[in-house]
Amino acid sequence: MTDITIVDHPALTIGDLRGSRKRLARERRVKLFLMGAAMTSVLISVLIVVSLVTEAGRFLSSADLGSLWTSGWFPREGFFDIKTLVVATLMVTGIAIVVAFPIGFASAVYLAEYASARSRRIIKPVLETLAGIPSVVLGFFALTWISPNVVQRLNPDAPLSNLFAAGLGVAILTIPLVASVSEDAMSSVPNALREASAGLGARRMTTSLRIVVPAAVSGLVAAAILAISRAIGETMVVLIAGGADQAQFTASPFQPSLTMTAAMASLAGGSDAVVGQGNAYQSLFFVGFLLFLITLGLNVAATRIVRRVRQKY
Amino acid sequence: MALPTILDRGTAERVRRDLKGSRDLSGTLFRTVLQLGLLLTVVILAVLLGQVLSLGWGTVSGRLGDFLTAESRSRAAEAGVFQGLRGTLWIAIIVTIVAFPLGIAAAVYLEEYAPKTRLTNFIELNIRNLAGVPSVVYGILAYTIFVTVLEPVTGGKTALSGALAVAVLVLPVVIITSAEAIRAVPSSLREAGFGVGATRWEVTRSHVLPYAAPGILTGTLLSLGRALGEAAPLILVGAIPGSVGYSGGLLNPAQLHEQFTAMPIVIASWSTNAREGFDRATAAAIIVLLVVVLMANATAIIMRNRFEKKR
Repeated sequence: MTDITIVDHPALTIGDLRGSRKRLARERRVKLFLMGAAMTSVLISVLIVVSLVTEAGRFLSSADLGSLWTSGWFPREGFFDIKTLVVATLMVTGIAIVVAFPIGFASAVYLAEYASARSRRIIKPVLETLAGIPSVVLGFFALTWISPNVVQRLNPDAPLSNLFAAGLGVAILTIPLVASVSEDAMSSVPNALREASAGLGARRMTTSLRIVVPAAVSGLVAAAILAISRAIGETMVVLIAGGADQAQFTASPFQPSLTMTAAMASLAGGSDAVVGQGNAYQSLFFVGFLLFLITLGLNVAATRIVRRVRQKY
Repeated sequence: MALPTILDRGTAERVRRDLKGSRDLSGTLFRTVLQLGLLLTVVILAVLLGQVLSLGWGTVSGRLGDFLTAESRSRAAEAGVFQGLRGTLWIAIIVTIVAFPLGIAAAVYLEEYAPKTRLTNFIELNIRNLAGVPSVVYGILAYTIFVTVLEPVTGGKTALSGALAVAVLVLPVVIITSAEAIRAVPSSLREAGFGVGATRWEVTRSHVLPYAAPGILTGTLLSLGRALGEAAPLILVGAIPGSVGYSGGLLNPAQLHEQFTAMPIVIASWSTNAREGFDRATAAAIIVLLVVVLMANATAIIMRNRFEKKR
């Protein structure tokens, strides 16, 4: 048997458990970098607000306020009639949601409550493909197909470019959004509720309409608000199919006109003519600021509603 | 024991009918209406693709090579999308270099590091709101910051400014989808790492990120598809709708500091061009763009389905 030698070992301290200084330093560096990345998003928000507010303020202080309420949107001549843009935006958004809501909700109810796993595997990619189609493509489709085949049949006097075609184009863009958000909401309703309803002898339709839809209502409202916000913010479809750089005020959807977004894009796209000519370019920031406030309000409302009405299962 | 039998034939008939339920007319109608809604969606997609293919197929099948390598011309029969493709390629590169690492890093911070404080809540809310800001507004941001303030770096209305505008636009989407993928990583994986003495970053790098990688990749591919189809911010930054004078070559870094155009811009300006044959040229350009965008999306969807099945 060998002798046991007792080595005098210093007691283990808390410092030994802390890890090497090098590792800790790297840990701090990484954390700082990751935090910086997360803060970028805050920086972006701040920059958006600052750039909008300063230029919009410059526009308001230099422009004659009477020019904001005239007979039309002619920025190059100094007529910045906001109601022309707002009414056109409301018409396009209205047409879009009247068409997209029923189709989107119906698709969502079918997918969540009726479809077999197999048909869902086929249908969901179709919706996702539709969601992935760039808006310029919808603009082209609205101008070359929807306008002659749908709008001009409804109203033979309508010119090829009109707000109605643009609204239908935007509707196609928002259908997948409505469908996927509301399907998510309905799918997250627990099955126990459906089974209880079926156990009482309710038909599938009764279960869908009286149990699942009320339980998922916060998600459905959020889907609706997000779709409205998306429709208001859509630019390219209206720019291509709405067919106007500047417009007389019109309350008819069968006329060419331009929404707030399209007004901004066409003003910027007209490049050389605009820059340095009076305050036309600044009006772009003013319209952008209005648009930002409207969509931000809608998005905040959607988040609030989801949080307030959400039932915890 | 014998089962009780109902002797009266009328009663038996009635019980059978009651148990079976009456024919559910309104239920069938309801189901049919739902199916029609879905059918309409599929039909719209089919008509859209049919319209684009029928108009553009002649150009694509007849002179694809020429169409892809020619520059924008005033005659539709000679026009091509080379410059648009080049701009779109630059956008893809910048988005990949800038938005993806930054977005994934932010998502890692929010999911793995951030304490549950007011500040963290605020950052998360802020990101969600940013995702809902219309793309033209990002154009305004890019115009003010990249074109005006940072002109010495970007050179003004250049490909770099445009690409950065799109990168900023997709950043919130990248953060949200990556954060979802990271949240889905089971915490037992992290605890095992901590248990053997790994630091937080070591656990994140060697356990969390590899596990979340497919989900993150799916999200980034979907954002890439969105980035390549965006036109509105590029217009605000000053993309040129016509032909641009470029340094030669497909990917010459000098091009980053020059005027630019991109596929969606080409499509937007061609689709309102009333000259003979431009509807067909536009449709052909759309086919090219759709092939690129839908390929990114399809890869993402297939990957997601494969991994959902595995887990």
